[in-house]
Amino acid sequence: MVLQEKARKIRLDTLEMILAAGSGHLGGSFSVTDILVALYYDVMHTGDDMSESDRDRLVLSKGHANPALYAIFVDKGYVPQETKKTLRQWGSPFQGHPDSRMCPPLDCTTGSLGQGISVGVGMALGLKLQKKKSRVFIVSGDGELDEGICWEAFMAGAHFALDNLTLIIDRNMIQLGDATEQVMALGDLHAKMEAFDFMVSEIDGHDFPQLLVALRKRTEGKPHCIIAHTVKGKGVSYMEHNAAWHGGIPKGDQIIQAYSELRGVNHG
Amino acid sequence: MAEKIATRYGFYDGLVALAAEHEEIYAVDADLGSATGSFLFKKAYPDRYIDVGIAEQNLVGISAGLARVGLVPFCSSMAVFITGRGFEIIRNAVAYSQINVKIVGSHTGITAAADGGSHQGIADLALMRALPNMVVLSPCDYHQAKKMASLMYYHQGPVYVRTSREPVENVTTADDELELGKAQKLRTGKDVCIIATGMMTILACKAAEMLAVEGLQASILNIHTIKPLDHEAVIKEVRSCDGHVVVCEEANRYGGLSEAVAATLVQENNITFERVAIEDRFGQSGATAVLLESYGITPEAIAAKARRVVGR
Repeated sequence: MVLQEKARKIRLDTLEMILAAGSGHLGGSFSVTDILVALYYDVMHTGDDMSESDRDRLVLSKGHANPALYAIFVDKGYVPQETKKTLRQWGSPFQGHPDSRMCPPLDCTTGSLGQGISVGVGMALGLKLQKKKSRVFIVSGDGELDEGICWEAFMAGAHFALDNLTLIIDRNMIQLGDATEQVMALGDLHAKMEAFDFMVSEIDGHDFPQLLVALRKRTEGKPHCIIAHTVKGKGVSYMEHNAAWHGGIPKGDQIIQAYSELRGVNHG
Repeated sequence: MAEKIATRYGFYDGLVALAAEHEEIYAVDADLGSATGSFLFKKAYPDRYIDVGIAEQNLVGISAGLARVGLVPFCSSMAVFITGRGFEIIRNAVAYSQINVKIVGSHTGITAAADGGSHQGIADLALMRALPNMVVLSPCDYHQAKKMASLMYYHQGPVYVRTSREPVENVTTADDELELGKAQKLRTGKDVCIIATGMMTILACKAAEMLAVEGLQASILNIHTIKPLDHEAVIKEVRSCDGHVVVCEEANRYGGLSEAVAATLVQENNITFERVAIEDRFGQSGATAVLLESYGITPEAIAAKARRVVGR
């Protein structure tokens, strides 16, 4: 499948970029790669150069997963190929966390967790008020839902009946320090989001057919929340389900193994 | 001169007038419209008024989102809540992002009065001044507040304006020109320069009258743009008064106008500096007059500081 091959390339490019930078977040980038690939290579209407005012918008609220998004921008030609080598460097459009002033294809500056959800709700509201057809997709982490502003924004999303808004929660069950349920339990997230009056879908966040069905789905009168069950570090066996790879950098044989697994395995 | 009206109403009267020609202007509030003055906007343009409920973080975040898709949101709450609870959202989603969000903080200083210290914004100037890309405004009366709406609109980027609950007399006129970043000279004197912002300006005018009776000629410089500060005008005016200066602000003494002016003057020779500000105390409930007296924020206090800097 084309999207699976694309995801493989994006994961390899992500690894290359983070290794070149010497720092970055592999675990969260890999868990969210398939979601971003489904959005940018199929579901989202982005226009030819991301400048159309009625294009769909993406807010990567879990901003630390930005290497995966940057790899997509390079692959799509939104930024020059050589930008790949500049992640986290002086003057680079690829700042450590997404900065839309430095990197115009980004629809939102994020990095401070929780804020992207609130800003994304505002964008959806603003587009609706202007009667634009654009959809807004927010990709959030699960750990970041610890932030109170998320729940303020969820209330608002339902209150303003934002049916142009799709929230994808990258439910990889791990945050920086430990398992989400150990640090601050989210519990029955499905029930919580339903109680906040979102339409809720639960899918395997690495299964493209499921992703496409869920992401294309339109709701009426309420926002859509997709709980995407994912694997932190997806694609590299020793990183999978392991909090140590939230911000860890592979060394020596680990690098060889990571490349070989990403090249050899079909990560659909 | 005798009529008193609060800057919080002046600001929204100005915004309502401006919004007639600019349909991308929206007002966003967090269930305090009747307090901030944004109810005036709601009355005029109910379809362009957004209430996010009692949620100041989301107030700022949603406003940033509206701005990102081309609208011009003016978001408001009491200064203590929007600049305090909303601070890090203002920091990252607005100032760092260089997003065109306008922020309105009402109930600044101890003249927020009866509600007590929890509701009196005394640190807003310090918080907003500390952020790169942020312009900080502080109108002295109704006329100035009314003009600030368009000043903010025509400046591309984040702007914070602080307004007051307490009605004050006008010291400027409807015809006075107002330019962003340019101090306004209200009175010419040669003995002492009184630099004032917000409602302190009318108190400074009264102090200057008292001093005149004693033969001291005070010049008055109104600073409506706290940041960027009009360094040139400050230095020029203080120099023309032999380096004698008194700075007046209804904010905590740390991080506000008086420190900004002090930093500007620190490289000048022979400066004698005093300030009238809130002396690092929180406020409390009380009648406005009682609070002002007890916090030393009066024309008499300004006059006393002026006498001190000129050595009388």
